[in-house]
Amino acid sequence: MKVFMLGWEFPPFISGGLGTACYGLTKAMSKLGTEIVFVLPRASQTSHSSHVKMLSAEGYITKEDCSEFQNVHFKTIMSPLKPYASCNTNEGFGKQKRSNYISSWQCSLSEHLQNYGWDIFEQVHRYAQKAVEIASVEDFDIIHAHDWMTYPAAIAVAQLSGRPFVVHVHSTEFDRSGKHINQAIYDIERQGMHAADKIITVSNYTKNIITSRYSISPDKVEVVYNGVESNNGVFVQELPNKSDKIVLFLGRITMQKGPEYFIAAAKKVLEKMNNVKFVMAGDGDMTHRMIEYAARLGIGHKVFFTRFLRGSDVDRAYQMADLYVMPSVSEPFGIAPLEALRHGVPVLISKQSGIAETLKNALKVDFWDINQMANKMVAVLKRSPLSRALRENGGIEIRKFRWEDSAAKVIKIYKEMLTCAQAGI
Amino acid sequence: MASVCFYFQVHQPYRLRNYTIFDTGSDYFDDVKNAQICRKVAHKCYLPANQLMLELIKKYNDRFKVSYSITGCLLEQLQLYAPDVLRSFQELSETGCVEFLGETYYHSLSSLYSREEFVEQIQAHKRTIQRLFHQRPRVFRNTELIYNNQLAELIENIGGFDAILAEGADHILGYRSPNFVYSPKKCRKLKLLLKNYRLSDDIAFRFSNRGWSQWPLNAHKFAGWVNSVNGCGFTINLFMDYETFGEHQWEDTGIFNFLRHLPDEILKHPDNNFKTPSEVASVYDAVDEVDVPYTVSWADIERDLSAWLGNPMQQNAVSELYRLEEKVKNTEDESIIRDWRKLQTSDHFYYMCTKWFADGDVHKYFNPYDSPYDSYINFMNVLDNLNFRCNEILTQKKSRLLSNVGECILSS
Repeated sequence: MKVFMLGWEFPPFISGGLGTACYGLTKAMSKLGTEIVFVLPRASQTSHSSHVKMLSAEGYITKEDCSEFQNVHFKTIMSPLKPYASCNTNEGFGKQKRSNYISSWQCSLSEHLQNYGWDIFEQVHRYAQKAVEIASVEDFDIIHAHDWMTYPAAIAVAQLSGRPFVVHVHSTEFDRSGKHINQAIYDIERQGMHAADKIITVSNYTKNIITSRYSISPDKVEVVYNGVESNNGVFVQELPNKSDKIVLFLGRITMQKGPEYFIAAAKKVLEKMNNVKFVMAGDGDMTHRMIEYAARLGIGHKVFFTRFLRGSDVDRAYQMADLYVMPSVSEPFGIAPLEALRHGVPVLISKQSGIAETLKNALKVDFWDINQMANKMVAVLKRSPLSRALRENGGIEIRKFRWEDSAAKVIKIYKEMLTCAQAGI
Repeated sequence: MASVCFYFQVHQPYRLRNYTIFDTGSDYFDDVKNAQICRKVAHKCYLPANQLMLELIKKYNDRFKVSYSITGCLLEQLQLYAPDVLRSFQELSETGCVEFLGETYYHSLSSLYSREEFVEQIQAHKRTIQRLFHQRPRVFRNTELIYNNQLAELIENIGGFDAILAEGADHILGYRSPNFVYSPKKCRKLKLLLKNYRLSDDIAFRFSNRGWSQWPLNAHKFAGWVNSVNGCGFTINLFMDYETFGEHQWEDTGIFNFLRHLPDEILKHPDNNFKTPSEVASVYDAVDEVDVPYTVSWADIERDLSAWLGNPMQQNAVSELYRLEEKVKNTEDESIIRDWRKLQTSDHFYYMCTKWFADGDVHKYFNPYDSPYDSYINFMNVLDNLNFRCNEILTQKKSRLLSNVGECILSS
């Protein structure tokens, strides 16, 4: 079976869970013997020619994992845009592959519009045109498109080739923008979902959004959870002695991630205990407002903004933490809590996330319920048996999130689609 | 010949309300939810089951007998929320065919932590049973059938009991059968009745399981199994939660019909009969001594304490609770002592069990929490507040004492 896969991100060019997911999924599918042509936009060489070339998807893969990706062929589309300009994850990449990989989701997917500027739709259109050109000389059985930027391409390629296509939803416009959605993006998402033969979502949470907001029949949607890389399990670093407990927020400081709820809960925690610090690692369009907010609440001396963290600093942040909190307003999946558990940190996550429906050994709250959030933060910081149980049981539980299982499920969905296509259903 | 000995556990805890670290009230319990659950279970189980028992006792002219162990926390809640259930238990008691067993008033784990508290709770329960049912409990059953040698010895020393119940676990019986009467190690008078867990669980757990090779189970088939014991045992001890009827096994599974026809099928064999636990203990001699150095219970597959004390959160919560005992009692404050005792109910620790991720859904029965972690957090918040109340009262007492002493010195 050969798959024509349309993606927008791939390490090292990643800004959200999308690139991480494409990396994990294609690697596992390749291992299972599925052949993949992966089409990807590629940054212009005019602006950063020296290292952009080295960091292109192909360069990245051939250097690091060529044996694991032996069945994946990358096709890149040259483009003048400067992707992920705000992320700056590039320096020192070769040395710290994995770390960069984590840090990179601190950049914004919802900030696409800011990063890319007015020409995002032009890029999407151009990507579609080029994808059709590539498709015309490739042979494949099925088309697989990751998130809205690639849907127009998938529709065009499906029309050209007559092959069935699946769209894979890693996030929706409602996750990224709340109620103030961008109508043009919504229209592209909706059109892609309706045109597709099958839809894969990263959680039931996202499946519900798709069925209720995009009027898609639930029968058309399959849930495939993301995995987490299981290697690189040991993190030994010298840490400074710390007398205070540390609660960590690590992610983009944007509306979607709920940073203001974190700070409001911090204020309440500090009413009950003093020996605790709150670290907000990440950057985003709400950073300045959050710094002001903490100051206005009179807890500026207790809330630390690291701004964007990279490389080993991300590992360090996890390692110093006594608790990781993900107060997201809407999170399609949420790999970060799994990463925190992999670093031995207990997690408190919002119920408005995909991961909350499947991760059992985590504390869960509604993102708006500041009282409960603070209540549970205090409990973890004060009660070592709780912290220990969450850490140990969670550490075991994350082993169930295997990319191999996700890949096998995706392949099963392909096979069903091909059977249906042959039967003319 | 075999005697069928039924004992039903009847219990509901006082479930806690959602109590955060920011709460300061001393109203720890969710009265609304507890009332709802009490009425729901009364409607689905207690009332129809009691009605059926009453009919059967009348129909078989006192040849059908059963026994109950009802906890103090449920009796209190029945008085408040479902007095009709209490009346029907009293009616059952008046038939003379129903025995009420003794246990700890608050369905607590006190036998493992505080001898003083354990004895006080048994006496309190005994007084309540006497007051409500005009019976003196003669047989003791510990919370969740938790049992070991020391417990049996303690119960014999307390006195007033002829027998004690325990799980007929394979690892304490070895090749022996649970269908005989035994004596606990180092006990001279007390007898030990052991649960026949195969036949009990056929009713309590497997009755409606369509994957079970014996499904559907009817009274005739079950009586056949009882008859096959013939000669190889005196008593079949069927111990189970009363909520089996109508709640664990819903009415549409046919559980009430099964029970309705059971006496008929059992009594078809002329050598069979029904006996209460104290009748079994008085009629049959102990055939052997059973040594139980390690604690057993009737819970889960392990039949040990791991359902309540298996993880560090549970151990922490229980030990912090009993660490407060002296302080709580020193306050001499009725409401503090009562709250502390309601917190001892084993269900609170059962909700903190992390085994249920793999162990099926038994622990989910009326569990008010989404996760064991939430239940631990809630419990500890309440305990913190209780501790705070104790400290306040003890400080007041101390200052009052000091001022009294001061006055004495001044006046002398």
